[in-house]
Amino acid sequence: MASVGGGRLIARGAEAELYLQRPWLDREVLVKRRVRKRYRVPELDRRLREYRTVREAEIIHRAKELGVPTPVIYLIDIPRTTVYMEYVRGRRLRELLDELPREERLDLFHRVGVLVGRLHRGGIIHGDLTTSNMILTEDGRICFVDFGLAEVSEEVERRGVDLHLMRRMLISTHYGYAAECFQSFLQGYREVMGDAATEEVVRKMREIERRGRYVSERVEDGDG
Amino acid sequence: MDEVICLGIESTADDLGVGIATSEGAILANEKSTYTPERGGIHPREAARHHSAQVGSVLDSALAKAGVGPKEIDVIAFSQGPGMGPCLRTGATVARALSIYLDVPLVGVNHAVAHIEIGRLATGAEDPLTLFVSGGNTIVTGYEAGRYRIFGETLDIAVGNCLDVFAREAGFPYPGAPEVERRALKGERFIPLPYVVKGMDLSFSGLLTSALEKLRSGRYRVEDLCMSLQEVAFSMLGEVTERALAHTRKPELLLTGGVAANRRLQAVMRAIAEEHGAESYVVPLEYALDNGAMIAWTGLLAYLSGVRTPVEESLIRPRWRLDEVEIPWLR
Repeated sequence: MASVGGGRLIARGAEAELYLQRPWLDREVLVKRRVRKRYRVPELDRRLREYRTVREAEIIHRAKELGVPTPVIYLIDIPRTTVYMEYVRGRRLRELLDELPREERLDLFHRVGVLVGRLHRGGIIHGDLTTSNMILTEDGRICFVDFGLAEVSEEVERRGVDLHLMRRMLISTHYGYAAECFQSFLQGYREVMGDAATEEVVRKMREIERRGRYVSERVEDGDG
Repeated sequence: MDEVICLGIESTADDLGVGIATSEGAILANEKSTYTPERGGIHPREAARHHSAQVGSVLDSALAKAGVGPKEIDVIAFSQGPGMGPCLRTGATVARALSIYLDVPLVGVNHAVAHIEIGRLATGAEDPLTLFVSGGNTIVTGYEAGRYRIFGETLDIAVGNCLDVFAREAGFPYPGAPEVERRALKGERFIPLPYVVKGMDLSFSGLLTSALEKLRSGRYRVEDLCMSLQEVAFSMLGEVTERALAHTRKPELLLTGGVAANRRLQAVMRAIAEEHGAESYVVPLEYALDNGAMIAWTGLLAYLSGVRTPVEESLIRPRWRLDEVEIPWLR
């Protein structure tokens, strides 16, 4: 496999640099390299990057088994904290949502709810559910591309945090239609998880939102 | 338009502050009196008692310092929330009385908005991504469409609370966080501690528990623990701030609140801003901790945008969220 040097930098996120490499066996290859952060002490920096590199690849594999579209992993280079994976063509939900008619937008969130339900039922917590991490592919699938903060857990607490992050991201970034999208998301989630488990997770989500020191007592109003 | 003068009262926690600001952006006075617990953390009712005993003299010294007579005050502002109920109530009572006595309008101010606004005023930042860190708050926020949107926050305790409690258990004098910073400089060995980031949210309670266990075990140098605690906590803050900066693409990064006084945290934020081509700003020390000037200045901004808080709507709001507040002056 060629080195990262052969790739073209296409994005620099907070945590990793993404390179698009020359096709390998006719496949477009995305190289995700977790870069050193100078503001972290070296011991902590190394530990975080290696742990996340390995865990992300493992969980991406498990997600596929649960019926959640994720990129194909080609190679993991632990010393260089780099993962070589399939380049997923499509558009990020974040950039797409404003252009869509309301019905299509709600349908997308319903489908995202189904996918998150599958992850949770299968014991995976995503850890960073944002519309920047979901790609609508050219063949119409929703592909989850970033599992850097994912964990293996069946705890209600962790599931509640996942839903809280989803809801808060909607409120902060897609404030124009956050409430109805979250409702649609929950419907999809409920179809997979069932009524009882969904109620339990939503109750936990509300508890988490009240736990922060200065959360409004009126948080249960409206959505969620 | 003539210059407008606002007197602001801050009383969300252990600090009672009185500030006087003008519509030109001048801070004429910023006086305070701080309640110090005999032992343990802040006891809300004890703090409130301190505030009501001290408010007369703090008001007097603020007016004297500003060289302003009571009749020259055009607006009274007060911190309406979030914060500790008894403390807020004391400040609100004084503010209502002054507003009625002087016959000038009253403006209730959100404490978190005030920390951002004084940071903007003092540093010249215009549209920053802001990390607001103190004993009671840990919030990553930025302005968008009429409000300060919350991109990330703590899921349990605030980072300042985490440092303060560790300091107290380590036997450092109150307030302990600055002593943690001093000891950390003598730290040599990094001790792994729980690092918990969820999306752009953070959790400090597991970190605190683990650091306290190691402290009590007596098997670690306290300087190493201080250094490791700071490094893990500030790396967590660094990571979520960096995520939010990449997410919002804001051109400026502002560090505000009491923990902004920590030089190690300032260095972390500078490095992140540099990496993302953003300007880095840190609120000056006098406005980092809770203060009356920030309430006076934010009250003025609100007043000039037409915001008024009639006495009958001036009940305190101990859990008032930052993202519930309309910010008309940035539109």
